[in-house]
Amino acid sequence: MVGIVAYGAYVPRLRLSRQAVYDANKWFAGGLRGLAKGERSMANWDEDSITMAVEASRDCLTSHKAEDVRSLYFASTTHPFKDRQNAGVIGTALSIEQNLLASDVGGSQKAGTSALIAGLNASKNGGGPALVAAADKRMARVASSNELNYGDGAAALLCGTENVIAKLVGHHSVSMDFVDHFRGDETDFDYGWEERWIRDEGYSKIVPPAIKAALAACKLKGSDITHFIMPSLMPAVPKQMAKICGIGEGSVRDLLGANLGDTGAAHALVMLVDALETAKAGDKIMVVAFGQGVDILVFEVTAENAKLPKRKGLSGWMARRKEEKNYMKFLAFNEMLPIEKGMRAEFDKKTALSVLWRKRDMIYGLVGGKCKVCGTVQFPRSQVCVNPNCHAVDSQEPYAMAGLEASVMSFTADSLTYSPDPPAYYGMITFPEGGRFMADFTDSDKEQVKVGTKMRMTFRIRDNDTMRGGFKRYFWKAAPV
Amino acid sequence: MARGIKDKVAILGMGCSKFGERWDSGAEELMLESYKECIADAGIDAKQLNAAWFSTAIDEVHVGKSGIPLSTTLRLPNIPVTHVENMCASGTEAFRGACYAVASGAADFALALGVEKLKDTGYGGLPGGRGGPLQALWSANGTAPGNFAQLATAYMAAHGVSGEDLKKAIGHVSWKSHQNGAKNPKAHLQKAVEMDTILNAPMIASPLGLFDCCGVSDGAAAAIVTTPEIAKSLGKHNIVSVKALQLSVSNGSESGHNSWDGSYFHTTRIASKKAYEEAGIKNPRDEVSMFEVHDCFSVTELVTMEDLHISETGKGWKDVLDGFYDADGKIPCQIDGGLKCFGHPIGASGLRMLYEMYLQFQGRAGARQLKDPKIGMTHNLGGAPRENVSSVAIVGRFE
Repeated sequence: MVGIVAYGAYVPRLRLSRQAVYDANKWFAGGLRGLAKGERSMANWDEDSITMAVEASRDCLTSHKAEDVRSLYFASTTHPFKDRQNAGVIGTALSIEQNLLASDVGGSQKAGTSALIAGLNASKNGGGPALVAAADKRMARVASSNELNYGDGAAALLCGTENVIAKLVGHHSVSMDFVDHFRGDETDFDYGWEERWIRDEGYSKIVPPAIKAALAACKLKGSDITHFIMPSLMPAVPKQMAKICGIGEGSVRDLLGANLGDTGAAHALVMLVDALETAKAGDKIMVVAFGQGVDILVFEVTAENAKLPKRKGLSGWMARRKEEKNYMKFLAFNEMLPIEKGMRAEFDKKTALSVLWRKRDMIYGLVGGKCKVCGTVQFPRSQVCVNPNCHAVDSQEPYAMAGLEASVMSFTADSLTYSPDPPAYYGMITFPEGGRFMADFTDSDKEQVKVGTKMRMTFRIRDNDTMRGGFKRYFWKAAPV
Repeated sequence: MARGIKDKVAILGMGCSKFGERWDSGAEELMLESYKECIADAGIDAKQLNAAWFSTAIDEVHVGKSGIPLSTTLRLPNIPVTHVENMCASGTEAFRGACYAVASGAADFALALGVEKLKDTGYGGLPGGRGGPLQALWSANGTAPGNFAQLATAYMAAHGVSGEDLKKAIGHVSWKSHQNGAKNPKAHLQKAVEMDTILNAPMIASPLGLFDCCGVSDGAAAAIVTTPEIAKSLGKHNIVSVKALQLSVSNGSESGHNSWDGSYFHTTRIASKKAYEEAGIKNPRDEVSMFEVHDCFSVTELVTMEDLHISETGKGWKDVLDGFYDADGKIPCQIDGGLKCFGHPIGASGLRMLYEMYLQFQGRAGARQLKDPKIGMTHNLGGAPRENVSSVAIVGRFE
């Protein structure tokens, strides 16, 4: 039996008030009034699809060992790198490199489901556990409906054959070049055709036959489906598709538009995680993703789902929330404003790739050292033990620290240094097992950060080398638990 | 403990440029300004110099590398010139090199000159972006105020000092230095300020506000050293001799081992203890007459006075509020205005501190002259609380 064995999700902490966006833009686009309610998730300035996918993967692997993963698929339409394997960055951040097939999947809103099908098939064919991560952080033009409808987020699913929580019943795909929207190589923004045409000629003619074919292949009727998952920017469409196929209206899952927004290529998997969090044994889940064709997957939830160890999941990350009413901040974070950054933003961010390679376990894996002689944990790992009463030479073994909770020893809120979100919070964090370093903080406010505050390590963008086409430097930051 | 160099080296002459935003001058003009005063004061000819030590910390924004900029600017007679850099302790490091040359007998006359020209960067504060290619990948994107602000948060946590008490104490540190700087014609900032202005200034890196941070200044300072015997033979009186020079450098334990709580300077405790031993000082609180310490930030000075073993650990803030370190207090600290008001051209600062000591011992300190000082102590702290170079110099009358 192949299926999903674990799930995880990630949603950025900031939630942009749609009313605030509308208030700023209504002079120009009064027609957006109907969308001016609720909030959308908004990546912090140091988050992108890679960092969100790392977080969702960590959440997913709460119950499983990263080193057992044999293949890693990363679906997105906003991969930070065009040529440099994005999935490989995630793998290194999770400290999996050996015996790993890594692959980026993109180019369509159904990239997430296509990656999931690939992962399930790899696992089914004896390929071992496959991790499927999907994340998107799509840009949208100022005063567009996309700006209000999109959200930033990620999901991760571990595929396997043991202790399956949702058994794959079947899958079906069709591929046709129906261009409802596109994003060319020369822009960050989507260009879409008329919604009515997309609904009538696209969804209505492509999706129902595919669903019916999938149901037939799975020997199921529409009414057997307990959870019908189908992302769409048109909220009425999934209900219409369900109705045409005999799927009960009560089975149609909420699109999570009210407080999250549509997370692009990740959204079908984000909605699947949402469903799995509460699904009962025997529930049948259908996942439909539309984008130049359609992918359909059907799962049956098993009794193992109730036994899956607790994780944050979508609900946990959704609950970690900070309202953002500052639309200007959203624009600045997304480089939509030529904001005056000052000369301190001009410092060269060139990365010595040879250093990054030598130290990749330290930088991407947050792997420190533990002295075999005195037991002291330290970061970074060094040749001479840092313990003043030891100083043993060549005595340290790698010691993973990304999963450890740290606490704040000292900190500041610095208004002098350049930060896209001033003041910059940083400080000395200490790990109870030993080890400390001066870390940048993220997702931090004045009210939260105190001496002694417990911090969780999170994989983030440290710098963006805009002089060389946007090489993102990733490293771990500390965020209040 | 080694034998040390107590009374083996005398200061023959010193010079110091006007500190400040010297838009009129580059590093070369500043060097010459301090050197002209220094060599005239020493009363020797440049041809008599046997060696020179040249300190700048951020040479990439002004003079560049090596000893050549000093040799070329002063047209030195092709003598050895050593360029030293040890962050904010660079000036004292140049002095140490010159003193050791004289103490060893390798040189009869040695020059130490420090300079920093910071105000050609186009922005305020210290130039950023230092560190190697690995550090750039992981160490927090911090600034000097951000690093030293953490000394304040850790100090408050370690000793249960309230934010309000600490803010008042560090405010007093800066208030006192402004009072002193107002009497120093070479100081960058020569204006006394009210406590209210200090306490209500904009925040730079919490809890440090604008007045908790020292000036970023251009300037140069120089010393020529020789042996006390040679100084006497040249007819010098009121000879000032070196009693101790010590340096302590972090080895990573503060930044990497959980034994340090962030509330004190580990290196300063070590360097000062060794310096007292070298100078034969048993009870520094009674024996030292004046201090010039590294008040890059107000809280640095406060904590330093504990780590120099003058104030009790965790009680320094009370001494400060009691006026112990004021101009009319028991031991005046920063009588020349300190880094806060005299200014802080990095590579020159250690020598600038010694310049004030030298003037005080010679009775040439003008409106800020102290009565009969016997022993003076200077201190520099380069780097950040978690990883630094701490230098201590003790000078006094040669009896």
